[in-house]
Amino acid sequence: MNRHESWGRYPQATPALVTRLTDRRAPLPPSDHPRLVYGNGRSYGDVCLNDGGEVLLARGLDRFIAFGAATGVLRAEAGVLLSEVLDLAVPRGWFLAVTPGTRFVTLGGAVANDVHGKNHHRAGTFGCHVRALELVRSDGSRRECSPTQSPDWFAATIGGLGLTGLIAWVEIQLSRIPGPWLHAESRRFSALAEFFPLSEAADRRDEFTVAWVDCAARGANLGRGILLKGSFAPVAAGRGTPPKAHGRLSVPVTPPFSLINRLTLDAFNALYYRKPEDAGLTHYAPFFYPLDGIGHWNRIYGPKGFLQYQCVLPPAVAEPALRELLARIARSGEGSFLAVLKRFGGRVSPGLLSFPRPGVTIALDFPFKGQATLRLLDTLDAVVAAAGGALYPAKDARMGPAMFRRSFPALERFMTFVDRGFSSGFWRRATL
Amino acid sequence: MAMQQVLIVGGTSAIGEQVARRLAVRGAMLYLTGRDGGRLASIADDLRVRGAARVAPEGLDLTHGPALAGLVSRAAQALVGLDTVLFAAGLLPDQARVNKDANLLRETLAVNATGAMVVLNEAAAYFEQQGHGQIVAIGSVAGDRGRATNYAYGAAKGALEIFMSGLRQRLQGRGVQVLLVKPGFVDTPMTADFAKGPLWASPERVTKDIVRAMERGRSVIYTPWFWRWIMLIIRHLPERLFVRLRF
Repeated sequence: MNRHESWGRYPQATPALVTRLTDRRAPLPPSDHPRLVYGNGRSYGDVCLNDGGEVLLARGLDRFIAFGAATGVLRAEAGVLLSEVLDLAVPRGWFLAVTPGTRFVTLGGAVANDVHGKNHHRAGTFGCHVRALELVRSDGSRRECSPTQSPDWFAATIGGLGLTGLIAWVEIQLSRIPGPWLHAESRRFSALAEFFPLSEAADRRDEFTVAWVDCAARGANLGRGILLKGSFAPVAAGRGTPPKAHGRLSVPVTPPFSLINRLTLDAFNALYYRKPEDAGLTHYAPFFYPLDGIGHWNRIYGPKGFLQYQCVLPPAVAEPALRELLARIARSGEGSFLAVLKRFGGRVSPGLLSFPRPGVTIALDFPFKGQATLRLLDTLDAVVAAAGGALYPAKDARMGPAMFRRSFPALERFMTFVDRGFSSGFWRRATL
Repeated sequence: MAMQQVLIVGGTSAIGEQVARRLAVRGAMLYLTGRDGGRLASIADDLRVRGAARVAPEGLDLTHGPALAGLVSRAAQALVGLDTVLFAAGLLPDQARVNKDANLLRETLAVNATGAMVVLNEAAAYFEQQGHGQIVAIGSVAGDRGRATNYAYGAAKGALEIFMSGLRQRLQGRGVQVLLVKPGFVDTPMTADFAKGPLWASPERVTKDIVRAMERGRSVIYTPWFWRWIMLIIRHLPERLFVRLRF
């Protein structure tokens, strides 16, 4: 059978059996193997992998079911991509209430990982805008779940890593937009201490905020970066069409080694930081999905792939803990190409295993270099654990059971909802 | 080409459904048939959301001859007119099974050849009288030459090609376009059990070619394009050499 990959391309997995799903009304095919639904493979680690088990491909469940052009309520099969939702919704004046940094994820994947985006400070997670979903279990039962109908199953499935059963369809509330354009602005900050007041002020004014941090900078420059903020703009403000180049670039093959090394990293970070501050109108695609414009960008890390590391740190200790994380990374020389910093807001997700919570989140990526990389991430775990923080399973390929338990206090309760016929590489590793 | 009132036979096939999506976005009215009524209903809902002005589904089994009679006029009635008929249904059985099961051989011909011919002949009469219209059928590269691994399917698709060629000549000068599409390997549920290689194309890719060929009023296309050259060589191999090949 063919190998299956997640977006980080580490680890790799070979399922015993691969089955395509095409009919949302059909029961799950009988199986002797533990199974897992695979959407579009955009999570980074092994939450979407099932080495030795059965993989159910959900992209064949890609039909819309109902859309209220006046209400913005959309019901669609779980294999529909967010990009397909946008193609339908944007021309009709609607947008995803919450979107992650790529539009190439399925609705089911967005629910199972309870994804978040640049507006978490206002809108919370993706799961906050799910009105209902249908769960298909190995025992043949089907269950429609919502905040009021089977709310405990609903809560377990939002952020439930696909382990509560197959999500057949999802109904979401979209949000109104005046048009596809945003007014966006970027501001430089020269040290971590400046990030906090700057982003707090931006969060009060703007719908969307996110920051990039220079991971190669040390000493007085530690934690310098660029804050990007934006809000949807009135339709008259938009002129012309989105840049043609978007979506045309691609990394056609995997280079034999990682193109991300100390040299390219330092150069990129230094150059990026010197990018002039800017303000103006931008189409939603480059604003929300800058990397979607480069096909297979994950290949730049070479055949060994890369590891993502995303944690959240409680507000009271966020600044010193971040400082410590950045110092450890800078010392290691491993650096991160894309370090993303964001303040989470207080809106609580219904999901039992939802990752976002009040505080600051940082997402980093590291080319996989074997033990050295794993050791560095273990030292970062120590900082996160001491701060009372948590790690994000959708980005994880290596955390142990202790860190997983610490990150999710509702884990015990969640386990009672897991479908006995389902499992994943992540689940077997993190719940040993 | 209008493509606003369209009958798609085999609306639950991957190619039929993808073509329907492209037409739905343009606001077309669609009459869809399929064997699986539940899936057909899901697809009809989807097409309505995507923008189809009207979607009328009809559960239809192509192996059941009497059900085919009057299909084109039922579609024309439901859509208040008809300008395009697309035959996209297909049955691709494992040849080894066909060799042991005469009924499966009959069914293969009934769906891919006889069923298509009955429907398309009714479409020809309807469009001939109307003075305009387009008839489209999905053939296959398998219809270009009989191979050990799929000659029942190939024979049906080859027969369909000759039928389409005859229709085209009959309707010449009558305002009716006749298009035969010959896809190569397409990654669909019909071919789920095949090992995939670099020659395989997605149904989206193939569909794009089909809709473009419909717009341009083409007669025969291969999709993706390179199959035209592959099949040119395969068709011209001497039989003595061809019979020794294993592919």
